[in-house]
Amino acid sequence: MQRSFLAQNPSVLWFLAALGIFTIGVTLLAEGTGSAFISTSFVKTLGKVLCLCLIAIAMDVVWGYCGILSLGHFAFFGIGGYSVGMWLMYARTEAIVETSMAPSVIPPTAAEVQDAIAAQIFGVVGASEFPMIWMFSHSLVLQLLMVVLIPGLLALIFGWLAFRSRVTGVYLSILTQAMTLALSLYLLQNDSGLRGNNGLSGLQNIPGFDNVPQSTISMVFFWASALALGAGYVLFARVLSGKMGSVIRAVRDDEVRVRFLGYHVESYKLFVFTLTAIVAGIAGALYYPQAGIINPTEVAPIASIYLAVWVAIGGRGRLYGSVIGAAFVSLLASWFTGGGAPNINLGVYEILWTEWWLVLLGASFVAVTLFFPGGIGSLFDRLKGDAK
Amino acid sequence: MSTLLELSGVSVSFDGFKAINNLSFQIGEPELRAIIGPNGAGKTTFMDIVTGKTKPDEGRIVFGERNISLIGMSESKIAREGVGRKFQKPTVFEAQTVRENLAMALKNPRGPFEVLFYRKTKEGAARIEALAEQIGLTDELTRVAGELSHGQKQWLEIGMLLAQEPRLLLVDEPAAGMTPAEREKTTTMLVDAAKTRAVVVVEHDMEFVRRLNCKVTVLHEGSVLAEGSLDHVTQNPEVIEVYLGR
Repeated sequence: MQRSFLAQNPSVLWFLAALGIFTIGVTLLAEGTGSAFISTSFVKTLGKVLCLCLIAIAMDVVWGYCGILSLGHFAFFGIGGYSVGMWLMYARTEAIVETSMAPSVIPPTAAEVQDAIAAQIFGVVGASEFPMIWMFSHSLVLQLLMVVLIPGLLALIFGWLAFRSRVTGVYLSILTQAMTLALSLYLLQNDSGLRGNNGLSGLQNIPGFDNVPQSTISMVFFWASALALGAGYVLFARVLSGKMGSVIRAVRDDEVRVRFLGYHVESYKLFVFTLTAIVAGIAGALYYPQAGIINPTEVAPIASIYLAVWVAIGGRGRLYGSVIGAAFVSLLASWFTGGGAPNINLGVYEILWTEWWLVLLGASFVAVTLFFPGGIGSLFDRLKGDAK
Repeated sequence: MSTLLELSGVSVSFDGFKAINNLSFQIGEPELRAIIGPNGAGKTTFMDIVTGKTKPDEGRIVFGERNISLIGMSESKIAREGVGRKFQKPTVFEAQTVRENLAMALKNPRGPFEVLFYRKTKEGAARIEALAEQIGLTDELTRVAGELSHGQKQWLEIGMLLAQEPRLLLVDEPAAGMTPAEREKTTTMLVDAAKTRAVVVVEHDMEFVRRLNCKVTVLHEGSVLAEGSLDHVTQNPEVIEVYLGR
């Protein structure tokens, strides 16, 4: 009597098919692998958009399905980016330092190499030694582990404290904003050990693959991002199906009632909060090597608010809705702010989209909330309704 | 009939106001009991205390033959021990189907990972069918609960409580806002449920209490004023003065 998971959730198959077609299409048109119709920089943009879609579905699960309006998920995204960035920077600097020291007659000692790497990386903030938090940066495996562990542990501890005290609604949102603000301010300090406002840079250069052109590297990251998005989608669709999904949605609609049914609501919230934080960390770890740079402004509170806006515009409570929202709004944002949109000259005043884009985004957010609460994703429901 | 729930010397006050004042009484298993009393008598606070929503300032609440204390337990733990609660306003999960509502309430392990890897069973499905039959919602199983009538939502909630298989069922004003026919059906459900477990009904409506035909406890200013059959308590001069005489 058990139908398979995919048979019960045809929308997952549709999504995977669409993602597959998109990935193949981009591959055929890209500079590195196909007809060069799509430039390498645009491949990177598309790859980054896929990562944003991944964090958007995480946001949709935590907010749209479980009812926790977290305005701090970009903190986890940033931590993922910093974690992988530390290895990228260390390993690349190590290669450069070793090359430059190679001609010397006496081979440099390990300590000398370390000092030279540290001076290279931290010279910009006036330091010349590795801080504690870089102790694993020589190991890709350990740093990748941190992509998952640090967001997971932070979410677990933060969530445990907040949910146990029954902090809900807008108060919880404010707490999550405070968390991401605190992280951002910490990272801004020069002695935080993460290069202050300079952040980590040169992340697009993958150590050991110096001879591989960016056009190829960009495709590898694009595929990895697509794979991660597909896997994330299936994972969340699985979590949200069946009885687990029932309980998660019930927590959103009436957590008191769920409690009196005998479910420990806090455990469910903690599960969802932590799982989505881990996925956000993975999304960040894939995003920043494509962006090439990460700095503290990336985890500023506003970033997490944008995330909520994408999900709202795309339609919360629908996984594909949040993907559409994130893709649509972030691509539109880069079109408007990247000079793609023609400015409108009103004679007395010229609307410059680089400045007015935020106004337009804000207005569309208000409009969607007021007149179109289901978001773009609800259009599909209407199509389904007509087909019946 | 053995004692299932025993409250002794329970008091709770909110900002100096004693909502429950040295309240002591017992409920047996199986038993059907009605609790009546004027507004502010402490009926809802009594339910809040038993279900763990409110912590009492003093007193003891023991449950079951192992005499476990319910004080300090979380709401969800108390619910798993076998105390079910029905709220005054029907609270079902309106965005989900009747079947999903019942499935969530079925007595099964409640931990997140157990629920995540839960597989539907034939027994579970049969149990849902039987419950739906009992509450008269067999034809509505695939409907979204939000579409049900007020009375049907009340029954669904009772069905969800029965699905939990509680030993003690606390029901807050089940007949409020129901048509006479719906009331009759509700009475039957509660009387049936009380054959195998303890059911405590908090009610304002005397006519409904009369139909339940059970022992009545009158609460006043947070403690028991009178106890006995409805006819017995309605002849008590104190009860007449504080409650019925108004």
